[in-house]
Amino acid sequence: MAGEERRKERLDRGIKARAESLYAVSSWREASYLLAPRAGLIIGLLIAPLLAPSLYWQRVIGLAGVYALLALSFDFLAERVGLVCIGGAFMIGVGGYISGGLNYYFGLPVVLTIPIGTFGGAIICTLVWLPCLPLRGIYFAVVTFMFPFLAVSVILAGGLFGGTEGLSPVAGLPNWVGIYLILTLVLVAIFGVRRLCGEDIGLVFQGIKDNDQAVLASAVNITRVKIYALFVATSIGCFAGAFVSHFFGFAGLSLFAIDFTIMPIAASIMGGPATLAGPAVGAFILAPLSELLRGFGQLRVVFYCVVLVGFILFKPEGLLNWASRRYHQFEHWVKV
Amino acid sequence: MNEKRKVLIKVRNVNKSFGGVVAVDNLSFELLEGEVLGVIGPNGSGKTTIVNIITGFLKPDSGEVFFMDKRLTGLSPFKVAELGVTRTFQIVRPYPSMKAYKNLIVPLWSQRARRFAGSRGGDRDAVAIDLLEEVGFERDAFVPYKLASALPLGYLKRLELARCLALRPEVIICDEVFSGLSMSEIASMLPLVEKLRMKGATLIMVEHRLRELFSVANRLLVMNFGVKIAEGEPEQVMEDERVRRAYLGEEISF
Repeated sequence: MAGEERRKERLDRGIKARAESLYAVSSWREASYLLAPRAGLIIGLLIAPLLAPSLYWQRVIGLAGVYALLALSFDFLAERVGLVCIGGAFMIGVGGYISGGLNYYFGLPVVLTIPIGTFGGAIICTLVWLPCLPLRGIYFAVVTFMFPFLAVSVILAGGLFGGTEGLSPVAGLPNWVGIYLILTLVLVAIFGVRRLCGEDIGLVFQGIKDNDQAVLASAVNITRVKIYALFVATSIGCFAGAFVSHFFGFAGLSLFAIDFTIMPIAASIMGGPATLAGPAVGAFILAPLSELLRGFGQLRVVFYCVVLVGFILFKPEGLLNWASRRYHQFEHWVKV
Repeated sequence: MNEKRKVLIKVRNVNKSFGGVVAVDNLSFELLEGEVLGVIGPNGSGKTTIVNIITGFLKPDSGEVFFMDKRLTGLSPFKVAELGVTRTFQIVRPYPSMKAYKNLIVPLWSQRARRFAGSRGGDRDAVAIDLLEEVGFERDAFVPYKLASALPLGYLKRLELARCLALRPEVIICDEVFSGLSMSEIASMLPLVEKLRMKGATLIMVEHRLRELFSVANRLLVMNFGVKIAEGEPEQVMEDERVRRAYLGEEISF
């Protein structure tokens, strides 16, 4: 027979006051308690490239930043707006081809091509996905998933933009500029999207996810709100694409690679869905891990699957949700 | 009764069928300003269908719905709500992941609500909490701050009503606000509807609870199998032989 029964008791730290975002801060200690995780994220990301042992690992951190932006974009759309958009590769491709193409054909400088690639790409992605916006859940996912394949076929069949060869060379970015550009943008995107979700329009996004019929009955044009959300998310993805083309000095069919679609989803599940920062952090863990396993070649896909299935089975809340619970609550065992 | 009251909603020869089932059969009626119209009928008599048709959630097969002189048929649901024709849902539709008062930020964010916002427009949280208090959320017990997923059905029905009120509606269509509630919850909900009526709100109450409807409705419309079988003052409607048979069965006991 087992001894006495025990259960885990969880107590909130006393700092929380009434509303989710409202804290009663009365000392430096409490202020630092709130600031520490945010500062940890900022400082951690900014010093990571300095700690990287070689140029190779610095490039990996840059690429992880790309995945982080895609994961953030995916998480924002899927968990905060209810649009499961798995067209990450399409955003990368469109942003990359616009930005790379402008540089390759017209010789525009990087300071111009990246913003044009970001917003031009976002407009294109939003426009082509616009007709699918009334679709919900899995149907929207399936349609968006098809677009990278569609784009590859069009480019191959039409022999556009250099066909299979791609566009090369595209003006590169100096290594450190590139790395800090992407890391800064990751931080700006994380805090920016979190702020956006905290605003009133963020509640409307959440409302659409929770119950779109009720939002319609509230006299809100949900298509317009969804377009706005889609534009924000695709801007993030297309920036990542424009960055990739300059970071690697190349715009080709590999921009539409399935990795750009799958990896952010795995990172999002691992990092903690709906936390926004979690998926980005997940990408910074998953991308280097996957590089470590490069020796296994195609078997890396197995690794993604194991991570996905493992987290879904054993830690469905994801890393960040788990960590923030441990951070905000005391846990101890009590006798029943 | 005042003879010259404005007609707010005019439903004209509306038909709707789902597959072979005729849900609404050539229905016409009018709603006057400031009146409470009760729509009753047995299950499956097309009550909710007509609510959906008026508010744009369903398109009728034929027929038209007008709000004052505007044609509502063919408009998107949000356009209908923007004109001030609001509805509650029979099966409540809260945003479970948000706190109760945050649920109201969505309607308060809409164009229509912002038009009425005035000087306190910026502080939507405060307006939301006031609205919730108006529909009976106890401010002191922190009920407005609870997650919507944690609220009992009685409060969720009030939240539905508050969502309509947030839009400063011209017409509120209540789709079975009393269904599924306990007797004590109904007892506390009734004064709320009464209060709305005293303030001059125009209401359509879709119900199948007769007793509650009797105490608030000026006029009743009885439906059965999608057909209007009677319309008029409550007492007079209840005298109608067809209504008794369709709705109450052969024997009546109050």
